[in-house]
Parts: sequence; C-alpha cells; structure tokens
Amino acid sequence: MADPAHESSPHGAPAHDDHAHGHGEHHEENFFLKYLWSTDHKMIAKQYMFTGMFMAMIGGFFAYVFRMNDAFPGMHVPGFGHVTPAAYNSLVTNHGTIMIFWVAMPVLIAAFGNYLIPLMIGCDDMVFPRINRLSYQVFLLSAVVLLAAFFVPGGAFGGAWTAYPPLSAQSQYNMTPHGAQLWLLAVALEFVAFLLGGINFVTTAMNSRAPGMKMFDMPIVIWMIVIASILFMASVGPLIAGAIMLFFDQTLGTGFFDPKRGGDPILWQHLFWFFGHPEVYVVLLPALGIVAEVITTFSRKKIFGYKTVLFTTFATGLLSFFVWAHHQFIAGIDPRMANVFTVTTVLISVPIAEMMFVYIATLYGGSIRLTTPMLWALSFLFAFIIGGVTGIFLGASGADIFFHDTYFVLAHFHYTFVPIAILGVFCGVTFWYPKMFGRMMNETLGKLHFWGTFVPFNGIFVPLFMLGLAGQHRRIWSYEHFPELSRPEFYHMRQFATVSLCIMLASQALFIFNFFWSLKAGKPAGKNPWKANTLDWTTESPPGHGNWPPGKLPTCYRGPYEFSVPGRKDDFWPQDEPN
Amino acid sequence: MKPIATTRSVTGIPTGRLAVWWVIASEIVIFGGLLSSYIMHRLGHPEFGDYAAHTKTWIGATNTFILLTSSLSAVLAHQAAEKKDGKTAFKYLWGTFAGGAAFLCVKSFEWYHEINEGYTITRNAFWSFYYTAAGLHACHVIGGIIIMAIISFDVRENRELQRVELIGNYWHFVDLVWIFLFPLLYIAK
Repeated sequence: MADPAHESSPHGAPAHDDHAHGHGEHHEENFFLKYLWSTDHKMIAKQYMFTGMFMAMIGGFFAYVFRMNDAFPGMHVPGFGHVTPAAYNSLVTNHGTIMIFWVAMPVLIAAFGNYLIPLMIGCDDMVFPRINRLSYQVFLLSAVVLLAAFFVPGGAFGGAWTAYPPLSAQSQYNMTPHGAQLWLLAVALEFVAFLLGGINFVTTAMNSRAPGMKMFDMPIVIWMIVIASILFMASVGPLIAGAIMLFFDQTLGTGFFDPKRGGDPILWQHLFWFFGHPEVYVVLLPALGIVAEVITTFSRKKIFGYKTVLFTTFATGLLSFFVWAHHQFIAGIDPRMANVFTVTTVLISVPIAEMMFVYIATLYGGSIRLTTPMLWALSFLFAFIIGGVTGIFLGASGADIFFHDTYFVLAHFHYTFVPIAILGVFCGVTFWYPKMFGRMMNETLGKLHFWGTFVPFNGIFVPLFMLGLAGQHRRIWSYEHFPELSRPEFYHMRQFATVSLCIMLASQALFIFNFFWSLKAGKPAGKNPWKANTLDWTTESPPGHGNWPPGKLPTCYRGPYEFSVPGRKDDFWPQDEPN
Repeated sequence: MKPIATTRSVTGIPTGRLAVWWVIASEIVIFGGLLSSYIMHRLGHPEFGDYAAHTKTWIGATNTFILLTSSLSAVLAHQAAEKKDGKTAFKYLWGTFAGGAAFLCVKSFEWYHEINEGYTITRNAFWSFYYTAAGLHACHVIGGIIIMAIISFDVRENRELQRVELIGNYWHFVDLVWIFLFPLLYIAK
C-alpha cells in the first residue's frame, strides 16, 4: 500500500514543485515535445484516438469503394476509379486489417486504456511513461508501413486479412511481392506496440491504485482492459512465431507452410486463429466495459452483478483459447475435433449471454436517461445480441459447412465488430468527451449522428445476411460468371446495402463537425457533468498534468456503482467521498 | 522525485519486477508457439530424426555448459547486489556477458560449418525450424547482453541495483529456452 502522507507532502524535491506548476497551466513546451514526444498518458491516449479515427476513415473509404463495385459492377467509382480484381482484393484485405488492428485495437484498448486507467484508479500517470510513448511511436510506424504498401510496385497485399498460405507466402500466387511483406511487417510492429502498451496497463492497474481501492473497487472498464491486455499477451505469441515463419517463407524461401517441402499450410491457420479468436474478445471486452459504465450512469442504478460480470469475463477469456478451430471446419480438420470445437464454441456463448442479461437487468427499474452515450450503449446491446445469436449458427460445425465463407459469416461478424469498434467507440467518445476536452458535445447533433449511423448499419448487413443464406460467397470481385448470383433481386439487395453504407459514411460528417465545433462552442462541462461516481470525474475537465493537484490525489472509499443509495440526498456517491 | 505512479506498489511487488515477469510470460508464449509447431511437425515426420543426426551434439552440449555457467554468474551478481556491493555485481554481470558472447561465438562457428556442409535454412523443414528457433533464441541472447552492458555502469556506482535482479530473471529465461531447444534440436535423433 502506498503511503498517502508521503504522496500528499507539498514540500518535495524541486522536481516536485515543477510538477505542481504543471497542473492546470500550460507548459511552455514546443509543439514537438507537447504533441509528439509527450509521456503524459492523456496525450498518448489522444494520439492513439486520432490515429485510430484517421485509419477508420481510410478503412471506411475502402469499404465504400468495394461495396460500390459489388452493387454496380464495372462502374467508375467516384473518388477512386475503376476497381480491378487486384485492387478489389487489396481493398477488402486492408479494410479488414485496418478496422481490427488499426481502429478497434488502438481506440478501444490503447486510447481508452491510456486515458482511463490512471484517471479511474486515482493515479498521476502510467507506471512506465516512456514505454508508453515508445508504444505509440511503434504503432504510428506500423500504420505508415501498412499504408506504404499501396505505393510499392505490385500494390498492397490482397490475400485476405487472415493471410492464409500459400497465397500469402508465395509471390507467384499473390502477385504482391512487396505488399505481402510490408503487410506482415506492419502487423508485427503493431503487435510489438500493443505488447509494450499491455505491460503498462496490467502493471499500472495492479500496482498503482489509489489508497483504499481494492481489486473489486475498480470500474468494470478497467478490469476489461486489463483482462483484454492479458488475453492479447497470452494469445499473440504463437502468431508472432508464425509471422517469423511466414516472413522466412516469403523472403528466404523456406517451406514452413509448403506441403511439398515437409511444411503444413494448416499450421498457419492454427497459429492465426489461436490468436484470432481471443482477439475478438480482446476488442470486445473494453467495449463491454465502456457500455457498463454508461449503462449504470444513465440508469442511475448499481450494476446488477459486478462480480458476475467479472467472473463471466474470466470464463470467456479462458474459453476463448479453446474455440479457434471453429474457423477451420472445412479446412480438412478431423470431424471428431470439429465436434469438440462446436461444444466449446456453443459453451462460450453462455458467459457472454450472462453478461448481456446483467446489462439488461441493470436497465430494469432504472431512471433511464436517453443521452447520446446511452443511445450508443443500448444500440450496442441490440446489435451485439444479433451478432451473438447468428454466431451460434456458425459455431455448429454441421451448419457451418454450408455457411462457411458466405456473406452470412460476413454479416455475422460485422454485427459483432461494428457494435465493438463503431457503436462502442462512439459510446465511449461521447461519454468521456467532456472529460477529455472540458466541453459538452451538442446533444441534437449527437442524436442525429446516432440515428444516421445505427439505422443504415442495419440497412447494410440485414440484406447481406439474406444474400449469404442464398449462397453468395465472400471475396468475389464480380458475380457476372455466377448466373445464380447475378439475378436482379440480388443486385437490388446489394444496392440497398451500398446505399445504406453511403448514408452511414455521410452521417459521420455530423460527428466530425460536432467534435470540432464543440471544442470551441460546447458548454463548459465542469468536473462531473454526468453525475458519475468513478474517480475520473473528481478532477478538472480536462485534467491537468499529474491529473490531480499535488497532494490532492483521491482516496477510494467504495465501489464505483453506488447510484440511488437510499437515505442519501444525491442519487450518486462518488468513490472518493468519505461518506 | 519520481512520479507517484512508479512509486506505488499495491501488490507489494516492485513494479519493475512485475513488468519483467509479464515480459517473460509473453515471451514464453512466443517460444511456446514455435516449439509446439516444431513438435507437431516432428511427430508427423519421423524422417526429422535422420536430419537431426547431422547436428553437432558436442557443440550444443558445450553451449549448454557455457550458458548455464553464465546463469550462475548472474545469480552471483544478484547476490552481490542484495548486499549493496555494486562493484562485485558489476564484475559478475560482465562474467555473464562473457558467457553470452562465448555462446554466440560457438554458435557462429557451428552455423558456419553447417552452412558450408549444405545444411541451410531452406534445405528442409527440420533445418528451417533449427535455424529459426536457435536464431530467435540467439537474438534474445544478443538483446540480453546488450542490456546487461548498459545497466552495469550504473550498478558499479551502486545505483539502480534492482536492475541486476531484473536482467537476471530475463537471463534465466533465455537459459531455460535453450534447455528446451538443446534436447529438441540436438539430442532427439
């Protein structure tokens, strides 16, 4: 336990005085030091957030281009031009790669993790600020490497984000000799960035909590980010080994994944999905955590089962290591093995469903306030339940043989990833915007943006579910040569989805406008605009350097969700109030 | 004055030690993935035994001895650091450094001869695994001795003595990986 007396001593070494001046004042630092070389967790969080949002725009643009090609084959796509088969492949590949590794990961784990962990546990920074800075720099480099692949001879990698060999290993098949290597290098660098970040998240949450804050006093979002970081660390290792092998196959000409030379292409699938499935939970858990904070705050109710959420999260994390082969049911694995993985896959829906029930039970009987963040949180539950239920179809190996690689799969995982990376992120950004920038966002614009995103999102993927059931395969540039898939009613559904996507993308202009306009014109937020309990709301908005004034670091007295406690004047009870 | 984040220790474990254990944990899964891939291949390909017959067991054994000795030196450095004897710890750290460097020299000698005999990384899957696994391990040896050299000068002045233990933990891990690699790549013929 830290010594509070020592921490709160106002008379410290000269460096400590320096620290004191920093709070609430602007440092006289140059642009480079302040924005690019900062070790402040809040600045690094914003760097991650803005980089992630920039990448989201690129990923969204890619989606627009290939959806236009799907709906209106051979058209000259405005802003891009004619989509060749090679361009189509590299666009879908990089759309997937970007949205998962350069949008969901940096925003949900790195941005929210960096911003919230020190603030919510009552600390002045991450325990390793310089490693934190290095983590962002490596991440930025990885993004540059990924995008650079579009400008090398042969173009960017087009062998799908799963990079199965031999397509990914041999340039006579993928025809992108440099693009494939740059893709692999970018992903490897990104893993390094998140391993560095993860060590910070785990050690900070373990060791630097405010005096009085027990493990089970931590807000759920912190638990979720920590568990997600541990899942990432525990699952990514084999894929790093696999990436080294694939890189040697590409560059040195080894045959790790070449059956002619004693290798095994299925080995890559195992290594990839042993990471790839836990990765779903790595990004899901922080989003679930964000939604938990928002739902409790705007229901003015204690969360229905704090420990239930945590224990189901542990169960999910553990089970997520035993489900990976459900991605490989038609890859020639032993059918007896497929049975085992069907059982574990259906089993993992139990803890996740339990979490959903806890969230819904938290809403029950609450004084619900339909603010913009709350709308995002509710839509998350709605969409994620559809994603989860369609997942059960795919987890059953018998059904999956039919569904495999159709648009049904695609629609299913977009009904999980869009709630995570889009709805969850907007939920978090609109909820913590007042803390990050000191001003409120405009609610009307926020709600318009919400409906403009959520309704078209369903408009995109409901038709794709139906197309998938009708047998439409993924990753096909043109359906011209498939008479069964070229019927006019199929094109109508594709066009409906594409038009929905265009409306959804156009609606993002509302968010961007609201974001920057509110920076200047928003109503000042004050310390605690939502009347929430966690420690991040006990300091100024935005918090100064060191988060709290020197000597004023909070002490924690209770759990984070004490809303509407009988006998109290206010319906909330901040964690740092003695009573 | 350090930031408060670094000085708190709710678990009672120093933050640096906690972090090094997390690094080692993530390293274990990297080597775990590589070695289990190798073992699965090996079980499916009995001919790997014949290829492995061409590895030079006595060189591998020499390297095992060198690496274990260097770990002893790391333990002695830690012992000295516990007694706040930075000068002795400095000497032992450089003893470990010498062990790591000797290991790399022997390894280069070995690879030089193997490559000259035609056993290159592209020869077959066994040799691909052989060079990849041992190469990844050698990268960890190189990283370890560089860090050791960098921290040794502070240690000599009795500053940051806890680092001796941290680099020692890492070094034992590198040693342990080799204890797995040696039988898997050299002895199992």
